[in-house]
Amino acid sequence: MIAIGIDMGSVGTKTVFFDGKVVDSHLEPTGWNPAEAGRKSVEYLLDKNNITKSQIGPIVATGYGRKSLAIAEKSVTEITCHARGAYFLDNQIRTILDIGGQDSKVIRLDQSGNVVDFMMNDKCAAGTGRFLQVMANLLEYSIEELGAIPIEGEIQSISSMCTVFAESEVVSHLAKGVRKEAVALGLLDSVAVRASSMLARIGIAPGLAFTGGVSRCSSLVSMIHAHTGQNVKTYPQSQFAGALGAALISHDMI
Amino acid sequence: MSKIDQIMAEVEAHLKDGVLQVKEWKEEGKPVVGTYCTFAPWELITAAGAIPATLCARGEEPIAAAEEHLPRNLCPLIKSSYGYALTDKCPYFHFCDMVIVESTCDGKKKMYELLEKMKPVHLMMLPQTAQGEGARAIWRDELDRLRSRLEESFSVSITDQEISRRIELRNRERRALRSLWELSRMDPPAITGKEQYMISEYCEFHFHKEELVPWLEKVVSDIKVAYDQGERRVDGKAPRILITGCPLGGAQKVIHAVEDSGGVIVCYENCGGVKEQGFLVDEDRPPMEALTDKYLNIGCSVMTPNKSRMDNLRTLMEEYKVDGVVEVVLQACHTYAVETYEVRELVRSTGRPYLSIETDYSKSDVGQISTRISAFLEMI
Ligand code: SF4
Ligand code: SF4
Repeated sequence: MIAIGIDMGSVGTKTVFFDGKVVDSHLEPTGWNPAEAGRKSVEYLLDKNNITKSQIGPIVATGYGRKSLAIAEKSVTEITCHARGAYFLDNQIRTILDIGGQDSKVIRLDQSGNVVDFMMNDKCAAGTGRFLQVMANLLEYSIEELGAIPIEGEIQSISSMCTVFAESEVVSHLAKGVRKEAVALGLLDSVAVRASSMLARIGIAPGLAFTGGVSRCSSLVSMIHAHTGQNVKTYPQSQFAGALGAALISHDMI
Repeated sequence: MSKIDQIMAEVEAHLKDGVLQVKEWKEEGKPVVGTYCTFAPWELITAAGAIPATLCARGEEPIAAAEEHLPRNLCPLIKSSYGYALTDKCPYFHFCDMVIVESTCDGKKKMYELLEKMKPVHLMMLPQTAQGEGARAIWRDELDRLRSRLEESFSVSITDQEISRRIELRNRERRALRSLWELSRMDPPAITGKEQYMISEYCEFHFHKEELVPWLEKVVSDIKVAYDQGERRVDGKAPRILITGCPLGGAQKVIHAVEDSGGVIVCYENCGGVKEQGFLVDEDRPPMEALTDKYLNIGCSVMTPNKSRMDNLRTLMEEYKVDGVVEVVLQACHTYAVETYEVRELVRSTGRPYLSIETDYSKSDVGQISTRISAFLEMI
């Protein structure tokens, strides 16, 4: 039996097939129709791995679109799934910082990987992947290029966290001739400060993992390390942590 | 249809009857007094022959109008209350002869000043603390002052005897409401938190208490009988949640989020919930003295210190076998927002999980609240 977890994010739909270990995973743009993206992903992975429908277990959905997926047997929040998935990747993890496309969250785990506390910033794009994406576009950087900027350089601090205001602030700094790198570092720093204060509020237990698409940005990782004084672990597969967690829950149900 | 379904259908059908009662009352030439707060002494108002109608507002509609006078960054409850008055959209406010307000939080206090342009306002000076003889003396005087104002305004004389009669009636209602809340001490609870809330709303806006109280007593005993005969409306595995914080009237989305995500609310420690009914007015003491103590000791965050809220929370968590606590804080409510720290520490010290939700009266965060609450329930 193959367990299936689908994480229906606002930007990407992530699907993981699992049978005790990860069989395969797939990322599909969510687009306008999350349910369709989920269905397509399952079909794609079934086809690719020569698996028939009769071999699959219950589908567990998570992410903001989780309730719209009719083929799912169960929906579980991204907090629980993310924690399950991240703990599976590394059972030394006790604190998770996740910065995704539309929201950011921090989760505290106990030794067995159970969620003991969490906090979400979901009110606005401030400090999320979307914020960085908009700003990167403005500066004509890719997220990876943004990540490659050495953090020792001069920093132009950005006071506004609201996407709209930060945008005009950035434009005015550039017009005044401030170096692009300095503005970029200022933006990254504002995200790092915000993330670190969220971590401080929940209290960091050592074993800090940084997950989500934005964790690919290595300069940001270093900044969070600098602000929190904690080692920050990242994982190449961490984008799939939520889907993996959902697949693990599906696996429990088999 | 089960017995409890029948009761709920009846309640739902009559939920809006309060407006008619007030209208008829007015047509008979009798006075209506608006109140905004649990601190308003019900017994004195009714002893003056008036209907006390709760105006503490719960709708989002008039907020835009209120923001023409009030800052946007203000508690939605205050904006909504003011907006209803301003736009004349609340029938209860419309029928009021006067309103009684208290010096509670800063926002409310200042908003009340503006209300004076629309209705006669009687301000009760609520001390900022329940401790000490001085504070008590102030509140005791304020009750006297209210009594005289009511007597003057409605040309009546309020006798001690009448006040005592009202105390008895209200205590009987408090006991009945308490037994309604206590239906959730059972495991699983006899009815859902939504159902309890609906019944208590119905009671709040039922102004003929002589009729209401026996009805409520019977409803509670009927529900118990149905429960004993095996009727179950709540899954025994549902996490048992206590809700605390700001008044919930305009933030009922939180109630829905909890119960639609598989939890059950077993206790409301908010205004309108068990908080008010926890303590009765002492019937063996002179009525004005007993009223003074009862109302001064309401565990509201505008009081400093607010020890009685913490004590009460600790007891309720035990009595109602609570699995987790959700605190609701309305945007820009400083007093409750600051107290979240102490509440969180208290709840966690008992080994229970705690979640705080900041919200307003809009629908914009319904999805997010449901995710956070589901995650919280999954954690339990
Ligand atoms: S919370 Fe306090 S100020 Fe608000 S209605 Fe209740 S008693 Fe009044
Ligand atoms: S919720 Fe807070 S700010 Fe709003 S009226 Fe009550 S005490 Fe005042």
